[in-house]
Amino acid sequence: MLEVIIISSIKVIVVVIAVLTACAYATLLERKVLGHMQNRLGPTYAGPYALLQPIADGLKLIFKEDLVLNNIEKTTFTLAPIIAFVPALLSFAVVPFAADFEMFGYPVTGVISDLNIGILWVFAVTSLGIYGIVLAGWSSSSKYSLFGGLRSAAQMVSYEVAYGLSIIGVILIANTLSMRELVDQQANIWDWYIFKQPFGFLLFITCAVAETNRAPFDLPEAESELVAGYHTDYSSMKFSTFFIAEYANMLTVAAVATTIFFGGWQGPILPPIIWFCIKVFIFMFCYIWLRATFPRFRYDQLMNFGWKVLFPLALLNTMITAAFVMLKG
Amino acid sequence: MAESRTLTLNMGPQHPSTHGVLRVLLELDGETVVKAKPVIGYLHTGIEKTMESKLYYKALPCTDRMDYLAPMSNNLGYCLAVEKLMDIEVPDKVKWARVCLAELTRVNSHLVWLGTHALDLGAMSMLLYTFRERELILDIYEACGGQRMMTSYIRIGGLAHELPKDFEQKVRNMIKIIRERLFDYEKLLTNNPIFIGRTKGVAVISAEDAMNYCLSGPMLRGSGIKHDLRKDNPYSGYENFDFEVPIGKNGDAYDRYLLRLEEIRQSFRICEQVLDGMPEGPYRAHVPGVVLPPKEDILQKMEAMIFHFKIITEGFKAPVGSVYQAIESPKGEIGFFITGDGTNKPRRVRVRPPAFVNLACLPKLVEGCLFSDVVCAIGSIDIILGEVDR
Repeated sequence: MLEVIIISSIKVIVVVIAVLTACAYATLLERKVLGHMQNRLGPTYAGPYALLQPIADGLKLIFKEDLVLNNIEKTTFTLAPIIAFVPALLSFAVVPFAADFEMFGYPVTGVISDLNIGILWVFAVTSLGIYGIVLAGWSSSSKYSLFGGLRSAAQMVSYEVAYGLSIIGVILIANTLSMRELVDQQANIWDWYIFKQPFGFLLFITCAVAETNRAPFDLPEAESELVAGYHTDYSSMKFSTFFIAEYANMLTVAAVATTIFFGGWQGPILPPIIWFCIKVFIFMFCYIWLRATFPRFRYDQLMNFGWKVLFPLALLNTMITAAFVMLKG
Repeated sequence: MAESRTLTLNMGPQHPSTHGVLRVLLELDGETVVKAKPVIGYLHTGIEKTMESKLYYKALPCTDRMDYLAPMSNNLGYCLAVEKLMDIEVPDKVKWARVCLAELTRVNSHLVWLGTHALDLGAMSMLLYTFRERELILDIYEACGGQRMMTSYIRIGGLAHELPKDFEQKVRNMIKIIRERLFDYEKLLTNNPIFIGRTKGVAVISAEDAMNYCLSGPMLRGSGIKHDLRKDNPYSGYENFDFEVPIGKNGDAYDRYLLRLEEIRQSFRICEQVLDGMPEGPYRAHVPGVVLPPKEDILQKMEAMIFHFKIITEGFKAPVGSVYQAIESPKGEIGFFITGDGTNKPRRVRVRPPAFVNLACLPKLVEGCLFSDVVCAIGSIDIILGEVDR
């Protein structure tokens, strides 16, 4: 029993540190990739290839004054970044990042917790993160923040349904909700669910971008309209917590997409963990690519798109898949 | 219930997409705009009054600072007005060079407009692409007058210096590069469903309203009215050039976007015609006592030096009378009304700024639309606060 606790604790610590580091370097990646896409260099100053930039940014943000304005709801205001941040980390509990291996003679699974309802857990927990944004908008004194929060709530309502439906197809075929079993089923590249559910994947990734409030769905923080949206009033570490939460959410979605559609850590020659990282990296790159390319949706267009396009398509996809599964037997 | 259910939002003067220090008081019902009221004056610097206290030629740099994205157009408008007052006829070469420079300015202004407008809509890469292209034009400015933004290169009676030797090659090179890159912009925006969704049918103004609001420039032509001073009331030799005046149909932000892109292409056509047939001649009119003599002469001839000294120290005296000269700036009709009273300073300078007049229709554009459309509308009008507030 004791060794299980110790091994689990080690895994938790390693994963949390890895995710936080990845978040920090995702910011650098974003700035660098965006820079090169836009004919600039991005950061160059801190260390070789600006590799120390995230550390510099982090230090700067920690030492900034934590402004607390007068008209805010103090408790909620303080809690909001935490509510946004924690769920993003929680969902990593069920993401399998490597094959099972042995450590000091003890068998170790490549996932913190092999929950038999892993997918459900991810979806349940990630949608909680939106509360952080809504509450931040509500508790701030700025009207721009309020708009950001409201938009975020509306966005979540419009996309959550299609988001959930988009992976029902995979679940129907796989006949499991466990992330680990999903990965095991995709050992062969042709068994990857991207090939069985290409449509489902497109829906999933579209909704996922909307869920994580990233361009072109970054309405809650549309800087040209809402200044900074829900985090207009935030400063210092509270602000950076939101920032980390956003990147952690992106990483979560990338990891989940990798696991569900791209065979998780499966891959030849290279060790599993490397494959996992490569696939996640590709997703992160696509996120940034989207941001560099597309204009932003308008509030009502986004709702229309969610309810009138994505939702029926997801439903259709689910029904067709269900019919196939039933016919096959 | 008599209780108000609207929310008053103070957008600006510090806001990322009000293009400077415009303040818009919005009354919102949810995200729908019920009422919008532009509040201006945060950049008021009394430019007109300043110009009245300066010698005629010293007032010129003030015009750069109104529409700082189209300095050459403003210079041209002011110089044409003073030349009209003083009855100066400039050499053909000067006219042609001015046309070319004014068209470069149009491209410059439209590029910045395109970048900032796309940025307002969330397409952030466009800004950096258009600024990269704009750099080529600023390089040409720099080669001409030494300045990149506040050029003051077009002077009363001519130009500040001779055109640089590689002017033609530089301009042709710039045209070649930007022409190709315009296709890239079109790929990114013109058929992009999100961009179309954000701009089509947004910030619509009908032809009739456009006339009533006295709009000019792309705002007017976007609604389908073919009015361009370059064609309708040619100045500085525009009648010699062959170009189209593009017009829109629906009067929405998307039409104005297409129209401005087409205007860039037409400007290139004009520039090429100028380069093909640039006449030889002096770069300044020969009007002793009013226009500075060429630098070479100052070192050689006594009269030239005396005139140079007199113009620099006490300017020239303008006759009594009033003139109005309007030109087609990138943003619309910019007009200069100047009254001379026989002294060396203008008695009255009044500018008819296109951005100020165009901005007046903002409430009309956005009322009933969504909050995000306000940003689109402001961008689409192409305001520049230096010119609105003066």
